[in-house]
Amino acid sequence: MSGLIAIARNEVRIGMRNKWIMLATAILLVFALLLVLLGSGPATSSSTDGLTIISASLATLSVYLVPLIALLLSFDAIAGEIDRGTLQLTLASPVSRAAVVLGKFLGHVIVLSIAVMIGYGLAGLCAFVAIENVAAEGVLDLARVVGTSIALGATFVAIGYVASACVRQTGTAAALAIAIWLFAVVLYDMALLGGLLADPEGVFATDLFPYLLVANPADAFRLFNLTALDAAGASTGFAAGGDVLPFAPQLAIASPFIWIAVTLWLTVVMMQRIKP
Amino acid sequence: MTSLLNISNVSMCFAHRDVLSDVSFDVAPGERAALLGHNGAGKTTLFRIILGFLNPSAGQITVNGAVPGTAAARNAVSYLPESVSFPKLLTGRETVAFYAKLKGVAPAAVDQVLADVDLTDAADQRCGTYSKGMRQRLGLAQAMLGDPKLLLLDEPTSGLDPLARQRFYHLISKMAERGTAVLLSSHGLSEIEARTDRVAILRKGKLVADAPLTDLQHSANLPLRIRVQADTAHVDTVHQQMGGQRINGATVELECRYPEKMQRLSAISALGPAVRDVEVYPPSLDDIYRHYSAGKETKQ
Repeated sequence: MSGLIAIARNEVRIGMRNKWIMLATAILLVFALLLVLLGSGPATSSSTDGLTIISASLATLSVYLVPLIALLLSFDAIAGEIDRGTLQLTLASPVSRAAVVLGKFLGHVIVLSIAVMIGYGLAGLCAFVAIENVAAEGVLDLARVVGTSIALGATFVAIGYVASACVRQTGTAAALAIAIWLFAVVLYDMALLGGLLADPEGVFATDLFPYLLVANPADAFRLFNLTALDAAGASTGFAAGGDVLPFAPQLAIASPFIWIAVTLWLTVVMMQRIKP
Repeated sequence: MTSLLNISNVSMCFAHRDVLSDVSFDVAPGERAALLGHNGAGKTTLFRIILGFLNPSAGQITVNGAVPGTAAARNAVSYLPESVSFPKLLTGRETVAFYAKLKGVAPAAVDQVLADVDLTDAADQRCGTYSKGMRQRLGLAQAMLGDPKLLLLDEPTSGLDPLARQRFYHLISKMAERGTAVLLSSHGLSEIEARTDRVAILRKGKLVADAPLTDLQHSANLPLRIRVQADTAHVDTVHQQMGGQRINGATVELECRYPEKMQRLSAISALGPAVRDVEVYPPSLDDIYRHYSAGKETKQ
């Protein structure tokens, strides 16, 4: 256990000094502030809470940026350490291989949480000052987006480990991480959309589509958050789709957690077989 | 004295190629052993087996009585890989403190090992700013943490300047005095000089020598070289009488076995004023190493 904590602390230290992570956090903050500025204009002075609307925008932002930060943190975790010879040192010490994986995960999720909380926390604070009459529900909506964004990020941290354990070179791991991001965040949605347009009434659209949607943790995150925000009165245009789902859209949030469990387990299994 | 590291009949086969075949040797507590061999002779593979990263195709290894890779074995071993680059964003002190935690060593030991390797002044700089020699010393510092029972060092002196190398062997000797068994690998005998108790030489996965350096020198039975500097006028006479090889206008080089040495020297001095100077070169460490690592099988 002390080994796990030592590894987590080490990863937090390295992550907090990583320029790429700083840059990504800064981008997250800039985008979040832009959304706050645009979202707090006079047009939104409707019955809906301003923070709720901003939360909807931030959820969409999260789908793109949070997996990117997560993969930036994790792609190097195993391949890079083998490359540099530090994994040999770690594994020669009495710490267990499972503790190495879980310690890294804990450390990376802490770094990610700090990045998300800085980005969205500061943006939320600005919104709080800028918007009059903030309701408690609005704060709750923002907290939900922050919490689920961290869960989404944790999923991609763990997915990044699997990619990193598959290869032995840092460069290959980086390319694989970019491919994963592109596929999960951009191409997957396009493919689903293509399937829907090709046959709007077919088996794909009615039976397969909802499950394929939640199978992708990024889409599951979006579905969960936008459904919750629709209930709060922000018109995201997502509710129309929610009615035809064969399951309660709230259950979608299970998807990232299942992904975390499976990919972490897979990483531990792969780690046991690594011969550094 | 019981051995701390026991390697018996270890063979390793990668894709039908024998990387190690039937290697056996021991390292006792307090002993400094060197494992020599060319690149690809199997040194690193043997280290990876001792660490439990690889399972040998045949044979057994025990580390402090335990199977490699078990918690008991890993508690006893400290390792320095051939090339390691520590996270550039951490300072030297943070790096060593991290490994101290992994090994369960008290934090007080961190400053001690940093002082031992002369990195106290640079301890709070980031590793990214370190030179190759400093990185190597940092690696050694983490390996020295907590007085390990067995110290495994894979080519520890490559990249060190002669002064740092000397200091390195001094540190190793201090640890051996406290009872640490040291096994280090190297490219050649001249690298380790006379600062190990025992030398094992691997050639193409086979152990071709395992003895103290003086024994190796003796049993290799390599010829000495005698260089005779003659008067320019008499150099031909000297060459005819003594044989050997003309090197330049005034020098003749002779080879002879150790028992004939005095006989040859008195023959040279009998030549009187024709000889201006005589120099005797015993076989160098590199000669001995070349004899074992590239030459024919030698029986001990």
